[in-house]
Amino acid sequence: MSVLIRVEEKAFGIADKRTVVLDDIHLDINDGEFLTIIGPSGCGKSTLLKIAAGLDTEYTGSVNIHGREVKKPGISQGFIFQEHRLFPWLTVEQNIAADLNLRDPDVKAKVQELIDIVRLTGNEKAYPVELSGGMSQRVAIARALLREPEVLLLDEPFGALDAFTRKHLQDVLIDIRQQKKITMILVTHDIDESIYLGTQLAILRAKPGRLQRWLPIELPFPRNRTDTSFQYLRQKVLEEFEKTEHSAYTEGAGI
Amino acid sequence: MKTAAYVGVSGQEKTAKVKKTRTIPPWLKGFVVPIIMLALWQYAGSAGLISETVLPTPLAILASFYELAVSGELADNMKISIARAAGGFLLGGGLGLLFGILVGFSRKTESYLDPSLQMLRTVPHLSVTPLFILWFGFDELSKVLLIALGAFFPIYINTFLGIRSVDAKLFDVARVLEFGWHHQITRLILPAALPNILLGVRLSLGIAWLGLVVAELMGSSAGVGYMIMDARQFSQTEKVFVGIIIFAVVGKLTDSFVRLLERKLLKWRSSFQGTN
Repeated sequence: MSVLIRVEEKAFGIADKRTVVLDDIHLDINDGEFLTIIGPSGCGKSTLLKIAAGLDTEYTGSVNIHGREVKKPGISQGFIFQEHRLFPWLTVEQNIAADLNLRDPDVKAKVQELIDIVRLTGNEKAYPVELSGGMSQRVAIARALLREPEVLLLDEPFGALDAFTRKHLQDVLIDIRQQKKITMILVTHDIDESIYLGTQLAILRAKPGRLQRWLPIELPFPRNRTDTSFQYLRQKVLEEFEKTEHSAYTEGAGI
Repeated sequence: MKTAAYVGVSGQEKTAKVKKTRTIPPWLKGFVVPIIMLALWQYAGSAGLISETVLPTPLAILASFYELAVSGELADNMKISIARAAGGFLLGGGLGLLFGILVGFSRKTESYLDPSLQMLRTVPHLSVTPLFILWFGFDELSKVLLIALGAFFPIYINTFLGIRSVDAKLFDVARVLEFGWHHQITRLILPAALPNILLGVRLSLGIAWLGLVVAELMGSSAGVGYMIMDARQFSQTEKVFVGIIIFAVVGKLTDSFVRLLERKLLKWRSSFQGTN
């Protein structure tokens, strides 16, 4: 097992305003797997990812990556935020290098390689304001990859992008995973995306966030959304989704 | 039919108007009013409508300027004035930057220092002029310190503000990328605070200039302010005008310089630049 996430409980607020957002979630992810986490809004999927990254440490449980306990954020847990979060005063290549020195030929070569991988060749000297949303997010991905993370965590990274750009970035991500063999965990609310990208799928239910279903996706890459097997899986996930919604309604009925 | 004809006419009028305005470049438009004013002024003076000692004509001011420039008097006085302003600005602005960074970085220094500094800030800095003369005499020191006092606060406040308004989301990024404190300052905080710092520099320069004028008018034996006071005693009004114009021009030039610096250093910004 490469990534072990154990969240006994995660709650926000105190005393009578306390709400449990995550309850008893265990995730074990093997090296090289691509786990997609999907769930209704408010199920705590983004919180779960922040816990995995070490960005949120106020919970009971533990996160282990290759036997090392994660207690604070760091480069071994690469994190892609929902927004690109590039430094506006740095160019594309400077953003990717960030605290590393671009004058170092080794760094320079790696940065250039990643720029090519995320298909941004020719935009090395551009500032973030000159980039589209999709391009910016690709820079953010390259920035995380340069640090050779053990696991790449992506928090709804394509949520704000249009359908064409999203599809393109999903393919970029599949490329990267095949080239770099990096374990990835991606949080999304898009069922198609979760099936298109994942080798494993975790469906969460809300209030409190619990693991509803763990589903392996054994379709070969590249995947085709119009395939019957893809559509079959989609149907299956939708059914699980309806179950979570149903339970949310019945549990919420007492309030 | 009627409406159609009407629309046709108004359409033609519009295009004609657009063409007309396009013949005058925008940068020239700003000159129209001053040139008319100057012409009227020159005419009123030449025709003897206004006394020379009250309002010398533009040409007389120009002649005086030429005279002062040729004799070297103007350059000497300007050198001294600029040295005072620069000295005061560097001292006050430098300290403002330093304190702004210190207070901006740590809540602890903020709670110790900021209340006192904010209290001092409410004192109009020119009101302490008599005190500075008592303490430091009529020499250069009191002048430079007066300028420094004025230049301190805009940079202090804007640096502090700039550092505190760095996007917290980018701090998360810095944590994820494991930035050391050194990179956190050079790659994140200072660049993010730079727009504010440069605004502080501009405001400080303006105040330094104001402090200079007051310090020199108050009592000095050289400088543009002294030149003005000296000319006033001998009713050389045109010389007074030259001094005032020099203050205005140098003030504008330094401001333009900082704006140029802003454009160079902040080219990554895409904020709203105003409409035409």
